[in-house]
Amino acid sequence: MYVAVKGGEAAIDNAHALLAEARRGDPAVPDLTVAQIREQMTLAVDRVMAEGSLYDPDLAALALKQARGDAVEAIFLVRAFRTTLPRLAHSLPVETGEMRAKRRISATFKDIPGGQILGPTFDYTHRLLDFALLDGETPPAAASAAAGPEAMPRVVDILGREGLIEADRPAPEGAEAGDLTRAPLEFPAGRDVRLQNLARGDEGFVLGLAYSSQRGFGSTHPFAGEIRVGTVEVEIVPEELGFPIVVGRVELTECQMISQFKGSKTQPPQFTRGYGLTFGHNERKAMAMAIVDRSLRADEFDEERRYPAQDEEFVLGHTDNVEASGFLQHLKLPHYVDFQGELVNIRALRRATQSARKQETAE
Amino acid sequence: MNAPDTGYNFAYLDEQTKRMIRRAILKAVAVPGYQVPFAGREMPLPYGWGTGGIQVTAAVIGADDTLKVIDQGADDTTNAVSIRRFFQRTAGVATTTETEKATLIQTRHRIPEARLGEHQILVYQVPIPEPLRWMEARESETRKMHALAEYGVMHVRLYEDIAHMGRIVKSYDYPVRVNGRYIMAPSPIPKFDNPKMDRMPALQLFGAGREKRIYAVPPYTRVESLDFEDHPFEIQTWSEGCALCGATDSYLDEVVTDDRGGRMMVCSDTDHCDKRRAAGHSGPMAAPYGETPR
Repeated sequence: MYVAVKGGEAAIDNAHALLAEARRGDPAVPDLTVAQIREQMTLAVDRVMAEGSLYDPDLAALALKQARGDAVEAIFLVRAFRTTLPRLAHSLPVETGEMRAKRRISATFKDIPGGQILGPTFDYTHRLLDFALLDGETPPAAASAAAGPEAMPRVVDILGREGLIEADRPAPEGAEAGDLTRAPLEFPAGRDVRLQNLARGDEGFVLGLAYSSQRGFGSTHPFAGEIRVGTVEVEIVPEELGFPIVVGRVELTECQMISQFKGSKTQPPQFTRGYGLTFGHNERKAMAMAIVDRSLRADEFDEERRYPAQDEEFVLGHTDNVEASGFLQHLKLPHYVDFQGELVNIRALRRATQSARKQETAE
Repeated sequence: MNAPDTGYNFAYLDEQTKRMIRRAILKAVAVPGYQVPFAGREMPLPYGWGTGGIQVTAAVIGADDTLKVIDQGADDTTNAVSIRRFFQRTAGVATTTETEKATLIQTRHRIPEARLGEHQILVYQVPIPEPLRWMEARESETRKMHALAEYGVMHVRLYEDIAHMGRIVKSYDYPVRVNGRYIMAPSPIPKFDNPKMDRMPALQLFGAGREKRIYAVPPYTRVESLDFEDHPFEIQTWSEGCALCGATDSYLDEVVTDDRGGRMMVCSDTDHCDKRRAAGHSGPMAAPYGETPR
């Protein structure tokens, strides 16, 4: 006798209890604290903040703990929380030229005003497992020096003075930047919406697109004009005050990619820009974003759009890992009604083919 | 019934968001079958789990509504249970599994077998709202095609099926024309359900969360499944009835009962099957009603 399988509330509750147990792991091992994640898994926290589009290291660390370290699941948790928050104010554009940089490099000039600052980077480490970390260790204090008085102008602005690079086009007075979280994505999207989409986009997907364009499926020939990582002040102008006040600081990674451009009928030969910006410290994402940004500007420079990384609908429609992960994994939900339709179909088609064959043999 | 969780607004969404969604719904009702872009929110359930339907339900549900949620026609599938619970928690509304008693029905992949009435709203969860997507992937193009009612590609697609295989092989998400104008994806319901959409007395609302589209079929609106004069639209049929309730007029699911080819067909609409068995109908594999609760 057949009794229909019940999904049932009990099954869901039990699954959730098992999940909590699996998350905790061996109870003999001390519980991981959110502060530990925030302080020692900083790059994971930064990625969750960037793609979750919410600057809150504590909540990002909590999300990582709850998600058992799964970045995309943690990003989803942060997004679902973020969407419930009221919009209290819009900040002024942050001034990355006044960033207190902990790292700042340019691959296009040997020396630059303000200097190159290597900062905390994996770049020149030897990737050898450090077994000393197995037992826990406290690293010796790193050398430090007081910040110099010298300003740190953006490298692209230095080129800009000679007119060698396209000018940054400021938004028209009174123009409001688009916001994907408050308006549906529509095509063609403006560069503001494209950049927001890329900033929230999956790091792996954006990296893959940038890589494809570097390998020849695209036409960017980028130089890392400048990458800087550091904190900037966030200012708002409260209506009742009428002047800007600082409401906090955020850490950002900014990348300005410089690409060649041979000129067109309307534009002289000059360098062009690709821009990347992320919350926290994430150079890989910022650089990939900058390359894809430039790649998507093909129309502006009369470049033929031939490759995926140049195709706005392809790129922007598929960057969001919360959407992608959900839609992919919804295949786990029951589809037996549709599948039954396909079964009925394929059986009918097979019957038709078989009877046609029989007829052929009879003839 | 659980009391609504504190900390969130009634039915989870804030009132501003509900207003935005209601505006989209009003536009959708005014232009039947037209896909209205809306600023879909991130929901606490994953995309693909019915976030569009949930947002539509959240925007139209009231404290005096009675909600029914089905997935694959069944009230007891895990996702239906999960969504029903979500609204029990956040809106504290009454829920039911009985089609007739519900004022609001959220569904994935089915239309209930019982005829719906004017007092009811049917909310569909939609994965891909664009019926032309498989012929033209670009949104910028498909929107133009809808605007110009340029639907040749769809007819060519259906014709190609006939040319290659002798029949239209689309078995679910079978395209329809609404009110003689827009071609619309009915969501992945089996084509068996398509005729129920035609002039349905209930309001039909469609929510696609990931794709951020809402569309609608107002009550008593003409909904035609696309076909050709010499290849008229037809629905699925089975040679046997439901093994439990004996119904021969309902959509059947195939249940594999062993690994030797054994299988049985049962109603996909669990409420329909229960009601029939309560009324004394039975199929070849049914225990007397009440002995083995389904």
